[in-house]
Amino acid sequence: MNFQAPVIQYSELLPILIVLGGALLGVLVEAFLPRDRRYVAQVAISLVSIVAAFAAVVRLHGTSTIAAEGSVVVDGVTLFLQGTLLLLALGGVLLIAERRLDSEGGAFTAQASALPGSEAERTALATGIVQTEVFPLTLFALGGALLFPAAGDLVTMFVALEVLSLPLYLMSGLARRRRLLSQEAALKYFLLGAFSSAFFLYGAALIYGYAHTVSLGGIRTAISTSAGNDLILLIGVGLIAVGLLFKVSAVPFHAWTPDVYQGAPTPVTAFMAACTKVAAFGAILRLFYVGLGGLRWDWRPMLTGIAIVTMILGALFALTQTDMKRLLAYSSIAHAGFILTGVIAANQSGLQGSLFYLAAYGFTTIGAFAIITLVRDSSGEATHLSQWSGLGRRSPLIASTFAFFLLALAGIPLTSGFVAKFAVFSAAYASGSTALVIVGVLSSAVAAFFYVRVIVLMFFSEPKEDGTTVVIPPVMTSAAITFAAAATLILGVVPGPVLDLAKSAAQFIF
Amino acid sequence: MFPWLTTLGLIPLVGSAAVALLPKGRDLLAKQLALGVSLLSLLISLLMLTGFKTNTGTLQLVESHDWISTFGIKYAVGVDGIALMMVLLATILAPIVILGSWNEAENGRFSVKTFFALLLMLETFMVGVFSATDVFLFYVFFEAMLIPVYFLIGSFGGAQRSYAAVKFLLYSLFGGLLMLAAVIALYVISKDQLGAPTFDITALTKLHFGALTERWLFLGFFIAFAIKAPLWPFHTWLPDAASAATPGTAVLLVGVLDKVGTFGMLRYCLPLFPGAAKYFTPLIIVLSVISVVYGALLAIGQTDIKRLIAFTSISHFGFITLGIFAMTSQGQSGATLYMVNHGFSTAALFLIAGWMISRRNSSTISDFGGLQRVTPVMAWTFFLAGLSALALPGMSSFVSEFLVLVGTYTRYPWAAIIATGGIILAALYVLILIQRTMHGPVTAGNENLPDLTLREKLAIAPVIAIIIFLGFYPKPILDVVNPSVAHTMQVVGVTDPAPTGGK
Repeated sequence: MNFQAPVIQYSELLPILIVLGGALLGVLVEAFLPRDRRYVAQVAISLVSIVAAFAAVVRLHGTSTIAAEGSVVVDGVTLFLQGTLLLLALGGVLLIAERRLDSEGGAFTAQASALPGSEAERTALATGIVQTEVFPLTLFALGGALLFPAAGDLVTMFVALEVLSLPLYLMSGLARRRRLLSQEAALKYFLLGAFSSAFFLYGAALIYGYAHTVSLGGIRTAISTSAGNDLILLIGVGLIAVGLLFKVSAVPFHAWTPDVYQGAPTPVTAFMAACTKVAAFGAILRLFYVGLGGLRWDWRPMLTGIAIVTMILGALFALTQTDMKRLLAYSSIAHAGFILTGVIAANQSGLQGSLFYLAAYGFTTIGAFAIITLVRDSSGEATHLSQWSGLGRRSPLIASTFAFFLLALAGIPLTSGFVAKFAVFSAAYASGSTALVIVGVLSSAVAAFFYVRVIVLMFFSEPKEDGTTVVIPPVMTSAAITFAAAATLILGVVPGPVLDLAKSAAQFIF
Repeated sequence: MFPWLTTLGLIPLVGSAAVALLPKGRDLLAKQLALGVSLLSLLISLLMLTGFKTNTGTLQLVESHDWISTFGIKYAVGVDGIALMMVLLATILAPIVILGSWNEAENGRFSVKTFFALLLMLETFMVGVFSATDVFLFYVFFEAMLIPVYFLIGSFGGAQRSYAAVKFLLYSLFGGLLMLAAVIALYVISKDQLGAPTFDITALTKLHFGALTERWLFLGFFIAFAIKAPLWPFHTWLPDAASAATPGTAVLLVGVLDKVGTFGMLRYCLPLFPGAAKYFTPLIIVLSVISVVYGALLAIGQTDIKRLIAFTSISHFGFITLGIFAMTSQGQSGATLYMVNHGFSTAALFLIAGWMISRRNSSTISDFGGLQRVTPVMAWTFFLAGLSALALPGMSSFVSEFLVLVGTYTRYPWAAIIATGGIILAALYVLILIQRTMHGPVTAGNENLPDLTLREKLAIAPVIAIIIFLGFYPKPILDVVNPSVAHTMQVVGVTDPAPTGGK
C-alpha cells in the first residue's frame, strides 16, 4: 500500500499559520517567562503576528488556489475576509491589552481559575499581577476565524468553527468585575454553542450521506447531477444552517447574544462581535454559494424567512433595552438580518455587498464597544443607559464619536453603514426579493429610532450626578477608536476602492 | 469652467469648521466670522448668476466627477432656473438668519459657536440638496441635512425642544428610508435597462417602468417629499418643530428646508415617473386643497404665535403642491415663485415673531397687545410681513398665488375655487394676529418693550424690500423659472389646456 504524503501549500496558508504560531508562542511565554514580563511579551507577540499575517494576506493578493488537498481554499473571498479579520483583530487586541482605564489594571480577572469570592481570588488580587492567557486565546480564536471562511470541506469548517469558538467561551468568562455574570455568560455561550455545533455536525453527516463527500466542490457536483430524493440533503442543509446561523446570531438562534455580549469583558465583546460575525458569514457565504449553489431555490426561502424575522425582532427588541451592551447586542442581531439580505441575493453583487457590509459593520462595532469601556463609575463600566445621559456635555468629543458610530449603525449617508446597506439591499432587489428590501428599509427605520434615542440621551438630557465619569482614552484605546472612526468615515465617503476590492474579490473557486 | 456650485457649497463648510475650531468664549468672533462667511457665500451666489443663461430650461453650471464608480454614483451638480432660485433663497436667507439670531444661542445646551457652526453646515447641505443632479447625491444631502437641523432644534430651541427634534428626525428618516427603497429600485432598473447603473437624473428619465412599479416608486419619493413639504396628513411634525426651534432655525426649516419637498416633487417625482404622477394627480390635488383649508383653519385657532405661523405654512405648501400638480405652466411657474416668496415672507414673520417673543418672554398671542404704540417699527414690519403672507396685491405672494390659482383653474376649477377660500381664511388669521398683538390698548407687561435695534432693522430690511420688489416686478424670477418649467412640462409630456376652455 502506497502512502502519499499530502501536499500542503505553506505559503498560501501563511496568514493562518502565523497567527496560530503566535498563539503557540504565547502559550510558551505563559509557561516559561516570569510573570511580570509576560504582559509586554504577549502584547508584542499578538500585535506582531497580526501585522505579519496581514502582510502575508496582502502579499497573497490575487491568489486563487485550493490548498492542503482541498481543505483550504485561498481565493478572493478568503483573502478579503482574512484581511478584514486581521484589521479588526488588531483593534480588538489593542482594547484587550488596555490596562490604563482604571487603577486596577484592565478588564480581565487576575486569575481565571480562582473562584469568585474565594481565598485564591483574594491572594491573586493582592499580588497585583494579572494573568495573560487571554492573548494566546485571542490568537487561537483568530486563527480559527481565519480558517472558517477558507474551509473547503465540511470537516475543516467544523474544526475551524471549534477553534474559533472554544477560546471565545473561555474569554467570555474572564471579566474582572461582575465575575458571576461573566461566568454565567461563558457557560451559557458554551452550552448553546456546543449544542449548535452538534447540529452542524449532524447536518454535515447527513450531507455526507447524500453526497458521499464532505468537500464543498464535491457536494456541488453531487447536487447538480442528482435526480433522486433530496430529503436527506434538505434536512442536512437545515441542520448545518442552524449551526452557522447560531454563530451570526440570527433569530431564532440569537438568544445567547445579549447575555454573552453583556457578561463578557467589553474588549472581548468587541473582538467577538466583529470577528465572529465576519468569519461565520464568510463560512455561510462559502457553504451556500459554493457547496449548495445548485440548491438555491430551496435555501433562499428559508433564509428569507430567517432574515425577515431577524431584522424585525432584532430592531424591536433593541427598542426595549436599558443596557448599552445589550442594546448593541440586539443591534448586532438586526445587522445579521441585513447581511443575510445580501447573502440571499445569491449573485455576485450580493457577495460583494455582503463582504463590504461585514467590513463596515466590524469596524463600527469595534469602535462602539471601545467607547463603552470609557464610560465608568466606581464599580467599573457604566453600561446602564441612564448613566449615559448628558454625556455630550461632559465630554463632547467622546459623545460625538459614539453618535457617529450609532449613525453608521443606523445607516445614515456619509457613513460606512449607509453604503453597506445600499449594497446589500440593491443586490437583494436585483435578485427579485422586493419584500426583503421593504422589510429591511422599515426595520432600518425602527432601528434608527433606538440609535437616535441614545443620541438624544447623550446630547439632550441633563447629566446626572451619579458618579459616572468618562475616562480620557489611553493610547491603545484611542488608537482603536481613531482607527475605527477613520474606517467608518472613509468607507462612507470614499467607499470606491474598498467596493472595487470587494468586487474583484467576490469570486469563489471550487 | 469655474466650479461655481462646488465653491458655493464648500465656503460655508470651511467656515463652519473654522467657527467650530475657535477657542471657547470667543462668541462675538464666532458670530462675526459666521456672518462674514455667509455674506461671502451670498456674493459668490450672485456672481454665479453671470454664468447662468435664461434662454434655456436645461441644467447649467454643471460639474460631474466619479464618486463611487461601482454603483455608477457621481458627484454631479448643476442647476436649472428652479434650482437656481432655491439656491439663491438659501444663500440670501443665511446671512439674514445669522444676523437675526445674533443673541438666540445664548441659553442653548451647547456653546454659541456650535449654533453658528451648525447653521453654516446647514447652508452647505441646502446648496447641495438643490444643486445635486445625481439622485444618490441628492439623497445623501437630503438625509445629511437632518443632522444639523436636529441639533439646532434639540440643543437651542424652546421648552419642547427634545421632543420636537426627535419627532422631526423620525418623520424625516422614515420618509427618507421609503425614498431609499425607491432609489435602490431605480439603481437596479437603470442597471438592467441602460447596461450600466446610473443616478443621473437626465439619464433616468429615459427609463421605462411597468405601470405598477412606477406607481410604487413614485410613492416612495412622493411620501418622503410630502413629509418634508409638509402636506396634510404628513404635517404633524411641523408645528412642533417650528415652535420649539429658535426663530432663526425655524426660518431655515420652514423657509428653505421644507422647500426640498416641493422642489423634489418638481425635480424628481414628475420627470422620473410622469405616468404615475398623472395617475396620482387627482389624489394629490385633493390633499393639497385639504392642506390649504386645514392649515388656514387651524392657524386661526392657534394661541401661540410660532405655531400659528407654522400652520399658515402648511396652508401655503398646499398652494405650492396644487400649482405643481395642476400640470400647467402657470401653475408650476407660480408654485416655484411661491416657494421663493413664501421663503421670504415666512422669514420675516418668524424673525419678527422671535424678536417679540424674546422681548416679552412669551410666545402666547394673548400676552401681547398694543405694540403699535410701544414699538412702531416692529409693528409696521410685522404688518407688512403679514400682508405678504395673506397675499395682498402688491406683495410678492399675490403674484404667485394668482398664478397658481389661474393655472389650477384651467384644469381643476373646483380645486381652484376651494383654494380661493383659503385666501379669505388667510386674511382672517393674519389680521386677527395683527389686531391682537399690535392694536388695541397696551396690555400689562408690554409698556416698556424696546423697539427694533439697528441690527434687527438691518436683518429685516432686505427681506421687506425683496417682498415688495417682487410684488411689483416678479419678471426677473419668472424669466429664469419659465424656461425650466417649460422643460419640465415637456419631459413629463403635458401641455397647457387650450386657453379658450369651454369644456
